[in-house]
Amino acid sequence: MIARVIDFEPTEEQALIRETVGEFAKSEIRPRARDADETGKLPSEVLSRAHELGLIANGLPEQFGGGGARSALTGALVAEELAWGDLAIALAILAPGLLGYSVVDFGTDAQKAELLPALIASPTAIGTLALQEPRFDSDPYRPRTQARRTSGGWVLDGAKCLVPWPEGVAQVLVLASEGESLAGFLVPSDAAGLRATPESYLGIRALATAELALDGVQVPAVARLGGPTGAHLRALVARGRVGLAALAVGVARAAFELARDYAKERHAFGAPIATKQAIAFKLADMAIEIDGARLLVWEAAWRLDEGADASREATLAMQQVRRVALEVADGAVQVFGGHGYIREYLPEMLLRNARGFACFEALTLV
Amino acid sequence: MISFEPTENSQRAREFYRRMALEQMRPVSRRYDEEEHALPTEWVDYYWKEGRKGAPGNLGGATDGFVQVCIQAEELCFGDAGLYLRMPTAALGGSAVSAAGTQEQKDRFLRPFRESPHPIWGAMAITEPGAGSDSAAIQTTARFDAERDEWVLNGNKIFCTAGQGASQIEGGFVVVWATVDKALGRGGIKSFVVPAKTPGMKLVGLEKKLGIRASDTATLVFEDCRVPAANLLGGKAKAEKKSEPARAGDKGFKGAMATFDASRPIVAAMAVGVGRASLDFLVDELERQGVKIRYDSPPRAQTALERDVLEMVAELQAARLLTWRAASMMNRGKPNSLEASMAKAKAGLVVTKITQKAVELLGPPGYSKKLLVEKWMRDAKINDIYEGTQQINQLIVARRILEYSSSQLR
Repeated sequence: MIARVIDFEPTEEQALIRETVGEFAKSEIRPRARDADETGKLPSEVLSRAHELGLIANGLPEQFGGGGARSALTGALVAEELAWGDLAIALAILAPGLLGYSVVDFGTDAQKAELLPALIASPTAIGTLALQEPRFDSDPYRPRTQARRTSGGWVLDGAKCLVPWPEGVAQVLVLASEGESLAGFLVPSDAAGLRATPESYLGIRALATAELALDGVQVPAVARLGGPTGAHLRALVARGRVGLAALAVGVARAAFELARDYAKERHAFGAPIATKQAIAFKLADMAIEIDGARLLVWEAAWRLDEGADASREATLAMQQVRRVALEVADGAVQVFGGHGYIREYLPEMLLRNARGFACFEALTLV
Repeated sequence: MISFEPTENSQRAREFYRRMALEQMRPVSRRYDEEEHALPTEWVDYYWKEGRKGAPGNLGGATDGFVQVCIQAEELCFGDAGLYLRMPTAALGGSAVSAAGTQEQKDRFLRPFRESPHPIWGAMAITEPGAGSDSAAIQTTARFDAERDEWVLNGNKIFCTAGQGASQIEGGFVVVWATVDKALGRGGIKSFVVPAKTPGMKLVGLEKKLGIRASDTATLVFEDCRVPAANLLGGKAKAEKKSEPARAGDKGFKGAMATFDASRPIVAAMAVGVGRASLDFLVDELERQGVKIRYDSPPRAQTALERDVLEMVAELQAARLLTWRAASMMNRGKPNSLEASMAKAKAGLVVTKITQKAVELLGPPGYSKKLLVEKWMRDAKINDIYEGTQQINQLIVARRILEYSSSQLR
């Protein structure tokens, strides 16, 4: 065994995956980003091609048709590259992991056998995850949505929002408070008492999401994630934050690179504006902040792969990327000047997308 | 392979230096802040006799290399940054000799640091009254006296850390940057090793500073100060090239600048140490006064205090990881100028903010000299200034990411 030392170089395999996904983001995702945002529709051919790459399936167990190579760190590398292409498309590509990873990490054998094969086979997410709630103090660890025990199973009451809701979604994993603890319930998307209303947000416009009203939704006992003993779902929140933080780094890097390239091309007073310290130093700060944030994300992801509790590190990473992504995207709009404000260029979209990290939770998992 | 787990050697070193920080440095921290130019005898003697031996029973096996050096610097500056700078070591002068010196020079100048019976210091003299970050503007001259095969140095140096010990105590030395020919610009700048007590090298003053007061920041004057030809760092061969046409980025200057790639991560680590002293104290003190920082409360339900502290913790960790990355690249033998400057810029800024915020959040006790929090705020600020100010490191980062030369981005 190679002795481990503190190091920041991905393995050769990780580097290859990162390069492949980076190429995919450049050739397939980025060219469709603006159109997807304008039309509010995902380019389905890109989702199919991404499915062929097996980005989620690769991390699911081999016995159900996956690749069995789960790594939060690799997942973070992939997420950054995809989001560099486009955040909404990245979220859609990674969406099958919402139910997939949840069931792998916390489900019973029966739940895995029932859900995973179909999930791995489908190019779009047939399952989703409902965690966020439409309140200023929405708390992923303590949802207001309640699960009450009945003789035959559970009854769910509450409201959810920002739930990825792709066409053909069949199952939604609803997180609810079961007394003092966090529990998950697999609910068919057409369950009685469940109403899904399409939403529209400032950013990630191409991603279909729904607000859910849960009004006395009854589910059988077997619908509880992890079965009768339940599951320790706090780790799910951390996995969501690591994934989101990695995506935020990708958005920030996209904004930074656009601003950098533009500043070198745009001339004012006879020279590229990048030769002015006011612009150059802003770009330097962006680069420093992005790298710092990325290392926090990697540390949290690495802890998950070590099997350690990463909730603190994931919170810190989110704390940092929330600020960094917004500042960098805003900086890119500023560097572009008037051109940053018009929809012919991407910075304005990146700013709208970056602001979302202020409220995103569990929109993706690693 | 990406890993954040320190080796057993690093963990042991961290424990060893943490104990040293708490047992040997903190108890005299306030005293040598107050008695600004006094020699911190108990600390210097302890370090020379015991401390420098390093962690006892060093394990074999893997090490974190330069990252471990950063961990060590962080722990000691968690103790006291001023006393750290006063440690009897070859310090930056030693780094220059190691990086640019010949084998003979390494033996001659560094051996005393292993063998001297009494504590000695090394130092580096670059800054002048009219040349700080713009080190190419150095006015100190080095004239070659072929007859006596000696270099003759003339000029004034300021802000020379450990300059008192290095210039006055037999066995130590000062590495002095000087120009052999002003017409050559940067290419004319060479470094010379001036042994302590060399005639013509005079200590004319010690600065009174905002912080790191235990550190002797010297003003040195060189008046016809003669050193043997063999004291030109890198050896005589390079001196003979001085007659060649001026080349931008001559090895002498570049070699000297390269020492910054190695020293900036360490300075960043030192900064992180000061920031951590302040932040750890703040968190403990808040808890003692009944405020527990929650890491799992929803972002918009955090108290202002929690938000500030979480921000500080995240920023400090980002600075630490940038520092470790720059150091780990040295382990891999990769160029790290960009990453070293990133780490230094981030760490300098972050710990300046953290230590100032800690004074604010603790209320009157934070402002009081009863605690060390106000001292850490004063100590921290230098990290945003020396080894390249915040702005100089931003400039270096900007040039790298924009792929601009120093003439394209001034």
